[in-house]
Amino acid sequence: MSRLRSAAAALAGGGTGTVFALLIAIFAVVAAVNPGFFEAPSLMAFLKQAAPLVILAAGQYFVIVSGNFDLSVGALVGAQVVIAARLIDGEESRTLPVIGLMLLFGAAVGLANGLITTALKVQSFITTLGMLLVLYGAIRLWTGGAPTGSLSESFREAGRMGIENVPLLGQIPWALLIMLALGAGAVQLMRTRFGRVLIATGDNELATARSGGRVDTVRTTAFVLSGLSATVAGILIGGFAGVSAQVGEGMEFTVITAVVLGGVVLGGGQGSVVAAMGGALTLEALFTLFNQLALPASLRPSVQGAIIIAAVAYAARQRRLTSRKPQREARPLTATPS
Amino acid sequence: MTESTVLTMRGIDKSFLGVRVLRSVDLDVRPGEVHALVGENGAGKSTLMKILAGVHTADAGTITLGGRAVSFTHPLQAQHAGVATVFQEFNLLPDLSVAENIFLGREPRRRGMIDRRAMTKRTADLLSDLGVDDLAPGAKVGSLSVAHQQIAEIAKAMSQGADLVCMDEPTAALADAEVELLYRLVERLRERGVAVLYVSHRLREIFDLCDRITVLKDGELVDSVAAADITPDDLVTLMVGRRIEAAFPEPLPDTDHGDVRLEISGGGNAWLDGIDLTVRAGEIVGLAGLQGSGRTEIAEAVFGIAPFTRGTVAVDGRPVKLTGPRKAIAAGIAMVTEDRKAHGLALRQSVRANARMVLDANRRAHSRARVERIPSILSSLDLVARGPDQEVRYLSGGNQQKVVVAKWLATEPGVIVLDEPTRGIDVGAKHRLYTAIRALAAEGLAVLLIASELIEVIGLADRIAVLHDGRIAGELPAGATEKQVMAYATGRSPR
Repeated sequence: MSRLRSAAAALAGGGTGTVFALLIAIFAVVAAVNPGFFEAPSLMAFLKQAAPLVILAAGQYFVIVSGNFDLSVGALVGAQVVIAARLIDGEESRTLPVIGLMLLFGAAVGLANGLITTALKVQSFITTLGMLLVLYGAIRLWTGGAPTGSLSESFREAGRMGIENVPLLGQIPWALLIMLALGAGAVQLMRTRFGRVLIATGDNELATARSGGRVDTVRTTAFVLSGLSATVAGILIGGFAGVSAQVGEGMEFTVITAVVLGGVVLGGGQGSVVAAMGGALTLEALFTLFNQLALPASLRPSVQGAIIIAAVAYAARQRRLTSRKPQREARPLTATPS
Repeated sequence: MTESTVLTMRGIDKSFLGVRVLRSVDLDVRPGEVHALVGENGAGKSTLMKILAGVHTADAGTITLGGRAVSFTHPLQAQHAGVATVFQEFNLLPDLSVAENIFLGREPRRRGMIDRRAMTKRTADLLSDLGVDDLAPGAKVGSLSVAHQQIAEIAKAMSQGADLVCMDEPTAALADAEVELLYRLVERLRERGVAVLYVSHRLREIFDLCDRITVLKDGELVDSVAAADITPDDLVTLMVGRRIEAAFPEPLPDTDHGDVRLEISGGGNAWLDGIDLTVRAGEIVGLAGLQGSGRTEIAEAVFGIAPFTRGTVAVDGRPVKLTGPRKAIAAGIAMVTEDRKAHGLALRQSVRANARMVLDANRRAHSRARVERIPSILSSLDLVARGPDQEVRYLSGGNQQKVVVAKWLATEPGVIVLDEPTRGIDVGAKHRLYTAIRALAAEGLAVLLIASELIEVIGLADRIAVLHDGRIAGELPAGATEKQVMAYATGRSPR
């Protein structure tokens, strides 16, 4: 029983359980508007579509909780899809080598982000904004403006297909299984020494360094994980939606919205990876609800912007309330017991 | 008081968060006198000066300046009333010239434009009036030496027509030649009838420069005497006073002083020089010294934060290169830092996460057995928390400090450096930490203890190394008196 309670507490991640309450509330409204939503096929379709954002959110969580941002993920997703189409060019046999290459490329972009941020002391906001533009421009240059080539069938399998004819559920999408596996991996990673040092770094870099923590290394690793998550997301999105020049556009903001919606504090040190992924699901559910209510899709950026501002304002207020430091003079100067 | 005074303070009280730092203090400063304000760390000198400068407002008491009762709530009011204060951190803008700084906000104007020539001329006059001939009005303040920046600050004060100049440890950052320059400047101020209130720890300066001396202790006025009527020895006695001995726990019976665990030979860097220091297993060595004497710098060098650039360090007989905290941790050194919120804890993480932080961050320190020992370490320190999942920001200062101590004990160190371990914590928690320090020694750790409260060092240390100006001025055995320590700390040899 206490095990169950502690598991629930871990899932809630210290005050971030609100996001799951919100998710349930949105689902309830969705169910009221469209009772058919919770039938297996449409639910599975929803999860398949949400999987890339959830995976991106896990990657972004590592970066944010260590005190940085990664704005380059949207451009990286787009770049990966374009790279895949161009290099595979419809040849089945090239699928696996190209996926390997994409993973290397994603890791390299993350490594560059991390090293520029930690070794050159450039703010991650600027580093990854620059990387976004570099990737965007390089892809346009390489492809001459429009994506060329095409993806192989086996490449698209992961984003489109699944285990068919499962009793009750019908199709279980590969995307869902990949999301669950990576999500479990992310949760497990945060329980390792790496995860603990990562979150401590975001909370108090100096204290962590003085405890012997390699703050630059863990922060760089977080960027690499984010780059890898963008690669996986790119594979799923490419499979699901195919190749276009717009793939990934604006996703960096969607994923940051998702992470802060999960209660992860911008600036680092607070929040759980489960809640970050929950935030991604919640955001997708919200957009689904918009569809159900026939609200225009053009409303989405405004909603994301409002969520980001509200979440950051809330976090700033929390900080002001809890970490108001007494002035230096306020210390008892001589409190010698006498 | 029939004599004229430029400043009269009566019954000044000041508390911070319920802690009384000044208790009914009186101070009289006469025109043209250099008046020293002395006392141990925490005696209340700086607070009194800040009240005078309008940085703090007194809770009670009156201030009379040139016969007018005043009450400052802002530093500008103090400036306008003729009080200029030269703090240890300067209030000058480094990218502007000396002249621009001096006339900032009240530049001489001609037809609405700033009259640079007049500004330069007036600055040059001001400086030559002060007897300073090697400072160009057009020089950028940021490029000046500390001494010259100080001169610029004093010149600025003079240009505002100050009757009283307050200086807070003006020589703390000066080289010997620069101190001479400051002496001349103070003389010049005296000749012009400007009173100087001079806060310093250095007895030699006080007797060289000052006419009268006011001694504060524990926030109270001890005495105000003419410098000619008191010997340096008697002054130290006044500063230290007699105190009721605090109850410090006795060493545990099975404490043995074993082999040398920490040995520093000829250690030096930008702040320290010629440091020779050994700490044996089971021994508590206290580092005493006034603010800026190099106590914390030794701790930071030993822990690799600001490493020694000269000399050697050996731990348990093995030479070690302490170039960073990771190296120090690998060598078995632990350090409880002075500022636990900035350097010690990740405040939004749990008690458990903080207590195992060092183990998590250092593969070689990490072991399952050590992690499992953490709860018993925490309970042996009598930690009061709702549970291991409580975020440390919600703990009291004393309990936060216990978490810091626990995270270092978890690594089973051989040497532990305690830099102000009891700062800002209540008496009960202090006593608990004293007992814990004794227990560490009994377990065979080498303990290096730094505290600005002398009584703490005297009450706990088996041996005291007293620092002055980045060097060890002398070592004293257990049972040394505060007077002996203060003598070394103020740069004199005790007799």
